[in-house]
Amino acid sequence: MLTIKNINTYYGQVHALKNVSLHLQEGEIVTLIGANGAGKTTLLNTISGIVPPKSGQILFSGAPIHELPPHSIVERGISQVPEGRQVFKPLSVEDNLELGAYLRYRKRGGKKETKETMAMVFDLFPILLDRRKQLAGTLSGGEQQMLAIGRALMAKPKIMLLDEPSMGLAPLVVQEIFRVIENLAGEQKTTVLLVEQNARVALKTAARGYVLETGKVILEGEAADLMENKDVQRAYLGRDKKEIWER
Amino acid sequence: MKIWDPLHECMPREDLEQLQLEKLQATLNRVHKNVTYYRKTFTELDIIPEDIQSLSDLTRLPFTTKNDLRLNYPYGMFAVPLREVVRIHSSSGTTSKPIVVGYSKNDIRAWSNLVARFMSAAGVTRDDLVQIAFLYGLYTGAFGLHYGTEAIGASVIPMSTGNTEKQVMILQDYRATVLVCTPSYAVALADYMERHGIDAKGLTLRVGLFGGEPWSEKLRAEIEDRLAITAMDNYGVSEVMGPGIAGECQCKNGMHIFEDAFLPEIIDPKTGAVLPPGSVGELVLTTLAKEAFPMIRYRTGDLTSLDYGPCPCGRTMVRMKKTMGRSDDMLIIKGVNVFPSQIEEVIFTISQERPPHQLVVSRRGAMDTLEVLIEVTEKFFALDFQEQLAVLNLMKKRIRSVVGIDATLRLVEPKSLPRSAGTVIRVADNR
Repeated sequence: MLTIKNINTYYGQVHALKNVSLHLQEGEIVTLIGANGAGKTTLLNTISGIVPPKSGQILFSGAPIHELPPHSIVERGISQVPEGRQVFKPLSVEDNLELGAYLRYRKRGGKKETKETMAMVFDLFPILLDRRKQLAGTLSGGEQQMLAIGRALMAKPKIMLLDEPSMGLAPLVVQEIFRVIENLAGEQKTTVLLVEQNARVALKTAARGYVLETGKVILEGEAADLMENKDVQRAYLGRDKKEIWER
Repeated sequence: MKIWDPLHECMPREDLEQLQLEKLQATLNRVHKNVTYYRKTFTELDIIPEDIQSLSDLTRLPFTTKNDLRLNYPYGMFAVPLREVVRIHSSSGTTSKPIVVGYSKNDIRAWSNLVARFMSAAGVTRDDLVQIAFLYGLYTGAFGLHYGTEAIGASVIPMSTGNTEKQVMILQDYRATVLVCTPSYAVALADYMERHGIDAKGLTLRVGLFGGEPWSEKLRAEIEDRLAITAMDNYGVSEVMGPGIAGECQCKNGMHIFEDAFLPEIIDPKTGAVLPPGSVGELVLTTLAKEAFPMIRYRTGDLTSLDYGPCPCGRTMVRMKKTMGRSDDMLIIKGVNVFPSQIEEVIFTISQERPPHQLVVSRRGAMDTLEVLIEVTEKFFALDFQEQLAVLNLMKKRIRSVVGIDATLRLVEPKSLPRSAGTVIRVADNR
């Protein structure tokens, strides 16, 4: 449903993504793994239109989206959950969620639909219902992450781009969040592109993955295969230390 | 017949091509980073992996030939450190040095599943008993089929080659249902059973998976009739993976190349130009998923053609015709790849001179034989009889160890070998 061909993205002179090609099938969870600075977040930002690519193609359901502004991309059904949650701290939980639906709110029946979607989000994360009048800034890290995911869901996306959802969270909370992510793909057929430092969790959740290294894809494969790949193990799963090349 | 991996084997062409592009680009990034040989050849042509933006850009990259593999003997083409290699196989080179290939843990798993694809397509299920009569050892054939059988969950009978009497006993008593061997050995088994009054129709055998050497539709009909089985073809190249590159489905109208793992091209063997679909030419393969021993545009030397038309079985993957010969001088004798240059090297090294010689390949019954005719030189004639015999025995032994098959050596009179334009005709293939 999303097909990326040969995208190149720059920050000024810095060539951050080099000829990256990638695809997502409907309802699939795909993970991007790679070290710091490999280009994972840049790839998400390129898809959502925040940092448009200099060359290459991004097709969403067959139509090119790489020249559209971010809000049009959200409107078409791609939502991003940014790294570090980025919730609106001085606003209440409810207001944060409503803002996630801003593109749909004004449309015919938008108000009613927003209510329904919010009820669905509260279903997924009951804790947010308890906290709905509370200011987002007073939530715990895990709750803020749930709110950020909930806010993205308010736009009823077909594809969700998730940037480091486990960052800084306690293991139990991470489990809870990944349970919801699996649910999204499984029951609601939302396609998920997941960026994670925690490669082990990511590869357990995802069906497929791509490994990025200095802006290039060096591996594509099923999650189980990537888990067995020695490069992945060495660099991202914390097994084995780098050994000298033997001949 | 069950399709082992319908997600990939029946993938719409458009999705398949996207997947191929992604895997190709990742493979190029890896070989450029990890294989000195590829980095060097790309740099010489002023190419970086990012230049390859579509599948057709592949033609900008150089071919990899058997000679390139020889120059990088033994481990120069490996893309991972040796400690990550869990298996080494080797195949015949063009000289006395073989080609060494390696597999990572993931490669072995991928290999098992690729072989399982064509075995399933041939009708093998977990209820089968598979008698593998390929040689276990450095060759890839036996192990590939072994892993495929295990992946399916059928039982392996790792019989290996030779001992026809015992092979037949196992077929009868263990009630094997699937036979894996070279097509000529299948004929040898049929001959043996005929001589000993064993009715093949009384066996439980139902499927034969034959490979390792080219065979005709005529031979297929003969084997199917005499052994009362369905005989299926599959294709492999040791340097690329072994068996599991392509295999027939029940339609028997060509072998589906598993294109999510291998990218095929057909080239003109003389000019190297890529030929349009349907043309006969040399098959060139690029691996898309291999970790330990990736190959970029490897020239297989096999002549065939590709058919992109739809297949009634539902698989979307391209079909290759049975191989129609070689673009080089490689001979396939008893399923073993033999290069005349290997034997020449043995003769020249041991005799310390360059006697004219000819390789004569014949078929006795169903089995191939190799005879080496060597013209007697003055130097050789001057040796006494014992020494002559010793030299010949040494050559015979060397050929056996280098090439892997037995040859009969025969001395002939000077100038007696057939010549064309003054040079001896190196090979006479009488099969």
